[in-house]
Amino acid sequence: MSATVHCFPRQEIMKWNGWGYSDSKFLFNKKGQAEFTGKRYRLSGMILPSLQDWFENTFGASVKQHKSPPSLNAGALPPANLNEAFLQDLTATGIPFSHEADDRVFRAHGHCLHEIFALREGRGFQRVPDMVTWPNCHNDVVKIVELACKHNVCVIPYGGGTSVTGALECPPEEMRCIVSLDTSQMNRILWIDEKNLVARIEAGIIGQDLERLLNEGGYCTGHEPDSMEFSSLGGWVATRASGMKKNVYGNIEDLVVHIKVVTPRGVMEKSCQGPRMSTGPDVHHFILGSEGTLGVVTEVTMKIRPIPEYRKYGSVVFPNFEAGVACLREVAKQRCAPASIRLMDNEQFQFGHALKPQVSSIFTSFVEGLKKFYITKFKGFDPHQLCVATLLFEGDRERVLQHEKQVYDIAAKFGGLAAGEDNGQRGYILTFVIAYLRDLGLDYYVVAESFETSVPWDRVLDLCRNVKERIIRECKERGVQFQPLTSCRVTQTYDAGACVYFYFAFNYRGLADPVHTYEQVEHAARDEILANGGSLSHHHGVGKLRKEWMKESISDVGLGMLRSVKEYVDPDNIFGNRNLL
Amino acid sequence: MFSDFSSWAVGKCWILSGTETGCHACRSRAFQTCSVSQESGEAPDIIHEEASVILEEMAHRLKISTVRFFAFTLTKAFKTLFQHICVNEEGIHRLQQAIQEHPVVLLPSHRSYMDFLLMSYILYTYDLALPVIAAGMDFMGMKFIGEMLRMSGAFFIRRSFGGDKLYWAVFSEYVKTMLRNGFAPIEFFLEGTRSRTCKSLTPKIGLLNIVMEPFFKGEVFDVHLVPISISYERILEESLYARELLGVPKPKESTSGLLKARRILSENYGSIHVYFGQPVSIRSLAQDKVNRCKYNLVPRHIPRKPTKETQSFVTDTAYRIVRLQEDSMVLKPWVLMASILLQNLEGLELSLLTEQTLWLRGLAQSCGAFLDWPDHTPSAKVVSSSLALHRGLVCVSGGRVSLVLGEPQGLVTPEEALFNRAVSVLSCASYRNQILHVFIRPAILAVAIHNAASSKKDEVFNCFSFLCKMFSDEFILCPGDTVQDFEEACYLLVKSGSVQTLQQNIVVTDRGQSTLSFLNGLLESFLQGYQVVCQYFCEEACDSLTEKQYIPAVRSFAVKLILAGNLRCYEVLSSDMQKNALAALLRLGAVSKVKVADQVTLKVNKLAVNSLEDTLGGRLPTQKAVLARL
Repeated sequence: MSATVHCFPRQEIMKWNGWGYSDSKFLFNKKGQAEFTGKRYRLSGMILPSLQDWFENTFGASVKQHKSPPSLNAGALPPANLNEAFLQDLTATGIPFSHEADDRVFRAHGHCLHEIFALREGRGFQRVPDMVTWPNCHNDVVKIVELACKHNVCVIPYGGGTSVTGALECPPEEMRCIVSLDTSQMNRILWIDEKNLVARIEAGIIGQDLERLLNEGGYCTGHEPDSMEFSSLGGWVATRASGMKKNVYGNIEDLVVHIKVVTPRGVMEKSCQGPRMSTGPDVHHFILGSEGTLGVVTEVTMKIRPIPEYRKYGSVVFPNFEAGVACLREVAKQRCAPASIRLMDNEQFQFGHALKPQVSSIFTSFVEGLKKFYITKFKGFDPHQLCVATLLFEGDRERVLQHEKQVYDIAAKFGGLAAGEDNGQRGYILTFVIAYLRDLGLDYYVVAESFETSVPWDRVLDLCRNVKERIIRECKERGVQFQPLTSCRVTQTYDAGACVYFYFAFNYRGLADPVHTYEQVEHAARDEILANGGSLSHHHGVGKLRKEWMKESISDVGLGMLRSVKEYVDPDNIFGNRNLL
Repeated sequence: MFSDFSSWAVGKCWILSGTETGCHACRSRAFQTCSVSQESGEAPDIIHEEASVILEEMAHRLKISTVRFFAFTLTKAFKTLFQHICVNEEGIHRLQQAIQEHPVVLLPSHRSYMDFLLMSYILYTYDLALPVIAAGMDFMGMKFIGEMLRMSGAFFIRRSFGGDKLYWAVFSEYVKTMLRNGFAPIEFFLEGTRSRTCKSLTPKIGLLNIVMEPFFKGEVFDVHLVPISISYERILEESLYARELLGVPKPKESTSGLLKARRILSENYGSIHVYFGQPVSIRSLAQDKVNRCKYNLVPRHIPRKPTKETQSFVTDTAYRIVRLQEDSMVLKPWVLMASILLQNLEGLELSLLTEQTLWLRGLAQSCGAFLDWPDHTPSAKVVSSSLALHRGLVCVSGGRVSLVLGEPQGLVTPEEALFNRAVSVLSCASYRNQILHVFIRPAILAVAIHNAASSKKDEVFNCFSFLCKMFSDEFILCPGDTVQDFEEACYLLVKSGSVQTLQQNIVVTDRGQSTLSFLNGLLESFLQGYQVVCQYFCEEACDSLTEKQYIPAVRSFAVKLILAGNLRCYEVLSSDMQKNALAALLRLGAVSKVKVADQVTLKVNKLAVNSLEDTLGGRLPTQKAVLARL
């Protein structure tokens, strides 16, 4: 067999058993101080003096108890179950493929806790893809899917690999050869239409590359999910992704104008690129959120915008979470939400503080002290109650300033105090490094995960409180010895509700099966969310992790509708990742 | 387990954070609710005003000075009336903890007016937040006292407001606001009204529904229910209740009435035991039983009828709590003696009474009774001191103990003599009733064994299940728990060696005869009473019998029977039993209500009533009765 490709740089510079780039990670150095390695982020190379205290106090963990993960053991991998006939035909097409162990393992998982934990424990997976193929364009995908149908091979599309729903896991009961269809080589912008402000883009492109390439021409999509460094356009479409700046640019379903998708029945696409149509139910919506069960998205026409002239961060401190939520609700009511507005609870505020880099000058630390004094002593905010909203404004300068004033005026009505640009900006930087922190936790017996939901406004507070309390209670009942960290933030505002994002972490020492315990607690937390009027998912998707609640969420008939589409489009279950349904 | 606190600690500090604001918050929300719930075309401001009036009438105004005054007076009163007030302190500690964690609902048993004064008094003494109490409107009629009660935390509700949507909306919002704010525990009586018979009443679920709703809707994480058992050695209202049950109308609650009640201050009422049970978490109970997602699709301020699933959950919980109350009721030796005396109305030797009381003590303990028997006192002394405390009910002459037959002065008509006798029997029965919950399941089984055509287990069960259905208004028997109840009964009787189960047969052992005959005797008056009611319906009831006429009619029917010497059961004169019997007949479809013009009349299916009567008397096998009903 030939055509094994090894020249794809992504895999080389990224961790195979953790989040992000290999060169970037948190660690406690020999002096016991935390630092963030590498050069890629604003925090890179910095010392974070308060992280250790926070870490030890929050989790009852000790930085002395280090646990390093093993290296990849290729022998433990199940042998590749290849379909010779398919392989022959595929070789004939000239599309590159591989069945090397590391290629296969790299594409066998997303970033759920149980997946990363298994990798770090050296346990691996029951089932991994038997081979990986790298189509270069739409036509390659058509060929691969045709061959897969012909030879009854299972295809699992793979984009950025940032799934947190178990969507990339191979079903253990799948007996056919599993081909991971890696879209990473389909990463070009095919054309830009400045008259209509749309661009035709191949679906394999990674978020940050797309943004960089568009920026070169003075444009952007404005779609910035927290995973945008690694996630792909096709993945966004397949999961109904949401970007941080959706208030200005919209979520993925608002941004997409045209989708081309290869299914076992053939290619589906609309005949024109009209901005809105009344042609029955929108077929795009069968694809948006289909999670790789119907086909592969190959090309997307997406709205683009000129890069905003001016951008300004901001932050507001509230005396408590309740006041913060009330303010966000008012902002949503007046429909004046900035590009991004997020409200972090007190736990997350404190966590953010722990990530403050060493201050360089005495003056800065003096100013910091003064600010703290003003807020806690003069204004009487309780440091264990207060919370922070981070803001991002975009647009032309004058409008931004005007907009800013409007938002701060509303905040003032709810007792909010402007807390500076710097705090706001740091909040958004944290978004990108926070994922690296889980790996640090895992080094010291702490498991962590995040999950999200969307909920009507009047239930936001009740949901946050009840879910946190449920987590704490469940952990206690399951023998977790230290109180877990539970934290939430309101990350998106809508007319009728909000998106709430939870972080949850605990020290697992003394537990026989921490992942199982973790999963039970997460399950309970999801039950609690649903019981409190929250949705099954706002933007992470369902994958395999939340399948069991689908029926309850969309009713029997709803599920039947989705099933019948699947049955028509893919009767032989070629796209057999078994997500969603 | 109980610690005595007759002594009174002074100088309590008190926190009443934000009760006032709570009220305001409630007002606004209640109005919102009302305007939405009102589908009539009335103008919003009229509704607003109406709601305002309701709220004024209902709301509590907690004033600490009033509470202090009350506490002071009560201490005096309690000291004169009672020997001891005993409280389980570990229960208080549990309560303290529960109050800090989640909203708490206090659910005391209800046997006396004293109950809620006593509750507030105890919580005050232990420095706990004073409860907000849902009290019946009749208290409000008491001029000065009504206002005082209000100021010590009571809020008043109308006895019935089934049809008044606005009242319901304001009321439920008021309770829920109080619960959500969590400043103070909420207190109400599951039984709805004072039990005149000293046996627990079947729970009313309306209020329980209201306090659970904030949990179902996710407005609070959890709500804790605390069952509280208040046991009186002697109840203040003892003979009052008996007269009331016999149809002497109850005096309206008035301040002067309370003053007259001062007479009772000179009497000794023994001791009171207050047992604070383990807080019950609604969240844990509701797990897998109530799907809270049902509440997602309608805004939470819009009142909704509970679903069937919720309804049955609330009912189950209510029964569970009442049973918990029953289980922790403290029983005095006199309760055992009363049970024996009632089966020997002609009186019995003191020595025999002592002997039987000791025997019954053993049986009660093996059935899990919470008996307060003085350990280091000779049994003869225990018996004699009980007799002394209840000398108004029993007399000992020539070594023979018998019930007092009322005032024998002057000439009395046979009817008056009968009523006097009935008063002492019913008073005595109110003590026997206190132990019924211990024996009720084995007793029903005993009757079932006696009535069943054979000793086959399933036949006995059929009979058992019939009796449970028949008596479900009379005793605390949770609908749907019949199988469990049957098993529990079997277990207890097997444990005490009274029956054996041999290959699907239930056989009475030799030494079990006395136990079974006692248990049969325990239910005898109920069986007879229900049969008399059936007999009345078959023989006397006319077609135009209204609901109102029913009780006096059935009473005079029973009086006739007794005077003619055909009936020796006095308890059938109790309006409580008559009401329960009617409720059973209605439930089983043997009697039905028909609305004619403004009157509700009772329509009797004589065939069905007759067969129920025969089944109760063991003259007809159960199976047939069921068929006849169908």
